[in-house]
Formats: sequence, C-alpha cells, structure tokens
Amino acid sequence: MAHKRREMLIDPLVDNNPITLQVLGICSALAVTSSLQVAFVMSIAVTLVTAFSSMFISMIRNQIPSSIRIIVQMVIIASLVILVDQMLKAFAFEISKTLSVFVGLIITNCIVMGRAEAFAMKNGPIDSFIDGIGNGLGYGLILMLVGVIRELFGSGSLFGVTILETVNNGGWYVPNGLLLLPPSAFFIIGLIIWAFRSWKTDQVEEREYKIQTVEAH
Amino acid sequence: MGLRNFFDRIEPHFEKGGKWERLFPLYEMVESFLYTPKTVTTVAPHARSYIDMKRIMTYVVLATIPCILMALYNTGYQTNMAIAEMGASGWRASIVEALGIGFDANNVAANMFHGLLYFLPIYIVTLVAGGVFEVVFATVRRHEVNEGFLVSSMLYALIVPASTPLWQVALGIIFGVVIGKEVFGGTGKNFLNPALTGRAFLYFAYPAQLSGDAVWIPVDGFTGATALAVSASEGFQALAGHGMSWWNSFYGFIPGSMGETSTLACLLGLVFLLATKIANYRMVVGCLGGMIAFSLLLNWIGSDTNPMFAMPWYWHLVTGGFAFGLVFMVTEPVSGSHTNMGRYFYGALIGFMVVMIRVINPAFPEGMMLAILFGNVFAPLIDYFVVQANIKRRAKRHG
Repeated sequence: MAHKRREMLIDPLVDNNPITLQVLGICSALAVTSSLQVAFVMSIAVTLVTAFSSMFISMIRNQIPSSIRIIVQMVIIASLVILVDQMLKAFAFEISKTLSVFVGLIITNCIVMGRAEAFAMKNGPIDSFIDGIGNGLGYGLILMLVGVIRELFGSGSLFGVTILETVNNGGWYVPNGLLLLPPSAFFIIGLIIWAFRSWKTDQVEEREYKIQTVEAH
Repeated sequence: MGLRNFFDRIEPHFEKGGKWERLFPLYEMVESFLYTPKTVTTVAPHARSYIDMKRIMTYVVLATIPCILMALYNTGYQTNMAIAEMGASGWRASIVEALGIGFDANNVAANMFHGLLYFLPIYIVTLVAGGVFEVVFATVRRHEVNEGFLVSSMLYALIVPASTPLWQVALGIIFGVVIGKEVFGGTGKNFLNPALTGRAFLYFAYPAQLSGDAVWIPVDGFTGATALAVSASEGFQALAGHGMSWWNSFYGFIPGSMGETSTLACLLGLVFLLATKIANYRMVVGCLGGMIAFSLLLNWIGSDTNPMFAMPWYWHLVTGGFAFGLVFMVTEPVSGSHTNMGRYFYGALIGFMVVMIRVINPAFPEGMMLAILFGNVFAPLIDYFVVQANIKRRAKRHG
C-alpha cells in the first residue's frame, strides 16, 4: 500500500503529468508564469485545492447521487477556492492582486475537476488526498519550469532577485520581451512536452494518419 | 571530372552500414548542391519536369538579386546621408576610412560598399546560425538538407533592419528554422513562412531594435521614420516634406528594412518569378485586389482623427514591406493555399489584412508581416472550403 501511495505522488510529476501528458490546466499556465513568485503561489494554491477537494469529495462519494455529482463537486471546489482567495487577500495582498482573477478561475482548472471525477469518486479519502497533492505538484513543476525560463530571460531575474543585469539598469542583458507575453508560454510548454516525450518515448501518441508507401509493381 | 570521382569514392562511407552513416544528410547536401540528384522515381507516374525543388529554390534566390543590390545601395546611401549629418563611428566606418572610400552619398560604389558591410555580416550570421540547426535536424531526423534554407535565409536577411544586433539576427533565424519549420517536419511541411516566423519572433521579443524610428538607419542617434510611421502620425501628404516622393518610394530610396524598400526591385523579381511560373499569379492578383479594394473603401469612408484612412492604394503599394511580401512571401507555395480558387481568397485576405493593420490598428504601423502570417494560418481552412464547395457542386451535377 505504501509503495502504491508513493507512486501516486510521483507518477504525475513526469510520467502522467497533468499539463504535458493530459494537456489540462493550460490556461492558467499561460497567464501566471511571467514571474516565478506568482507561479509558485499559484502552484501551492492549486495543489491545496486539488488535494482537499479530492479528499472531501472522496469522503462523501457514496452519498452523492450520480446525476448531480458535478454540482456537488463544484460546490466543494468553489468553497475551497474562496477560502484560498480570502487567505491570499489576507496574508499576501500584493500577490493576490497580481493573480487577480486567476485564483477564482482555479474552479475551472480542468485538473481539479479531472481528479475529482477520475480518481476521488472511486477511491478512499487518503488516497485521493495524496493523488491530489501529486497532481498539484505535477502542475506546479511545469509552472515553475516555465516560470524560470520566462522570468530569467524575460526580465533577467528569479523570484524578483536580479540574476542577469538588464540594459535598462546599466547591465549587459537585453531582455526578451516575447517571454513576458502570455503566448510565449505556449512555445515553452510545447518545447517541454517535446523534451519529456523524447525522454519518455512511451508518451508519444500514435499518429492520426499514416504516410502511405506506394509499392513498386 | 575529378570531383565526381571523389564523390563516388567517398559515397559508400555515408550509405547504410558505412562508417559515417549518420552524416549522410551532410554528404547529400554538398553532393546535390554541386550535381543533379541521382534519385529517380521508382513508381508511376513518371512525370518528367525540369522544375524540381532545387531549381525552384534557386530561381527564387535569383529573383531576389535586384532586391539585394538595392539593399546594398540603399543601406549605404541612407547611412552615408546620416553620417554627413552625425559623423561616423563603429568598425564599419573604420574599414571604409582605412580603404579610403569615403562617405559620399552621391558615389554609388561607396554606397554599395558601405551597404555591403551591413548586409554581409547579417547574411553570414543567418546562414551559419540557421544552417547549423538545419543540419542538426537533418542529421537527427534523417531527412535531406534542403535548398529551401537558402531562400529562407536570403529573405530573412533582407527583411531585418540594418542596425539589428547580430546575436538577435542569429536568434531570430534559429527560431524561424526550428519553430517555423523543423518541428513540423522540415521543408514542405511548414505551415508558416520560416523567414517571417523568425522576424515576428524578433519583432515581439526585441521591439526596441526592430521597430520605432531609430532603427532603420544604422547610425547612432539618427532617427529616420519609415514612410508608414510618418503617414500614421501626419498623413501621407506630409511624406514629401520628409523627402519621400512617390517615385522615391517606388525606387526605394527611403528608410526601411534592408531589402524591402524598393518596389521596383521587387517587381523585377516578380516578373521573373511569374515568367518562370514559380510564383502563382492568382495569389498576386488576389493580394493586390484585396489591398486596393479595402483601401479604396477606407478612402471613401474617411476619418477625421486617423490620417491613414486617406492613404491611397498606390502609396500602400510602395511603402513598408508590401511589395517585398507580395512577391516573395505571399507567393510561397508551401504555406499558401493549394487550390486555385483558394489562392485568390488567400491573397485577398492578406491584402485586406495589411490595410486593416496599417490603418486601423494603432499599435503597428506596418502590417505585411503579420498579415502574411495570418494568411498562412488560414490557408488550409480556405482550401477546405474550396474543396467542400467543389464536392457539393459535383454532387449536385451528378445527383
């Protein structure tokens, strides 16, 4: 059992990553990764919401009528998101302002709903909690990777600490403005997916088409 | 034929089982650059044509020659003009001085030489940086190194401003080659124009070096707005006051990216491409038609606050990158529409979008690059509708 739980935690990091393999939660990954600090807070928020919502849903999974299960799940997730939002406003107001609407939009993050539907409805509370943490970490890992690239090369700093002195401040580094725009995360996530699939070749999807080779007669 | 013998002798090493098997694409590149490829079709249909990919690409490079010459001349001309005002600095100026050529803007040879000092480093960096990635991908993915890269690199070098730092030039072409082409499988599978993808990357990544008024003439501190920037702020009537008459713009003696200023040079290239049937006239007709129709419409609507509304179509034609894009980018066969009907729509969409971005979008004074990329993205959709319409029509006819 312990072995299985460890797998649940580690599996979503690379082998079954919610962003790179399942391609869920892309929207927030584009929006909040221009600075590492914000990405970090967002990762923690999503991890906590996924873990606790999975746990609570799993606790009452046998009482939920199947026809209204999505609504019940949404109520639980939404309550948790409101909780996170209020906590951020109380203790990290500046970051909360930068994250703005994206905290509220955790509700619509497919990872949270996906884990609730796919895992929590069929497994016990502790397993569901661990699964939620694992998927949150998988999401966080990609967010941090993207965040490191975007902040380091986009504004020459990490967690707000200057690493590459930019030209505007008298240094030598010319920041890459494209990386501060959300679309750049598309390229970076794409490249990360490419890297992951070159490393773990079993993740490569089968082609939807076959190139026909014509036989010589 | 010592060289041919040399190739024949070393070829076995590069074939399957040879000791340099992995480097076959490299060998193939050099060999097919010098000689006709030996591969023949093994299955029907055995259509014979002299127009193979190598020839197409070579012809496009030939068609850019007028633009290259104008790029050399105009870059040098604009720079020498600016130097007369601001004084010379930098290593290029040192070379010119050391050779005793001088900075006389009326001397054609001096202008050409000074332009060459700007164009050549950019072109060489483009070839090396992009070429390395092209060869790496060809080697790993086992496909041929294609002559298409010669076209992309030439076009790319012609559409960047002369003052672009060389490391940015390298980054841009690498992005263009990798993201614009190789990730989709290489030449013939790219749905975006690689040269433009690279330039768009630079445009958004380093806007300070790729847009504005100070970048077009590579002399420190000298600002020379492009015709479009002037028109956007003061109206096209004010262009004459900046020394840009219509004929000047048509010949290309105006500030701009290196190769794109001369409409005349582009049109010479167009004539060559149309005569050799490399470029499809439908795209050109569509693009011109879309541009003329939409700018006439905007002229008719008019605007009190936006002087660009009044810009007539013949000014749109000679300013910015319209002519260059029309001749070398819109007509690119891979990223454009593939059906004949679709080609008209594809061209018209680009023509419409150029005017749209130039006139109505206040953020970008120039729109050709974005309009063509936009058209590239829509080309498959246009083809889809054309094919569906054809299927419907035939179904009706044959019940």
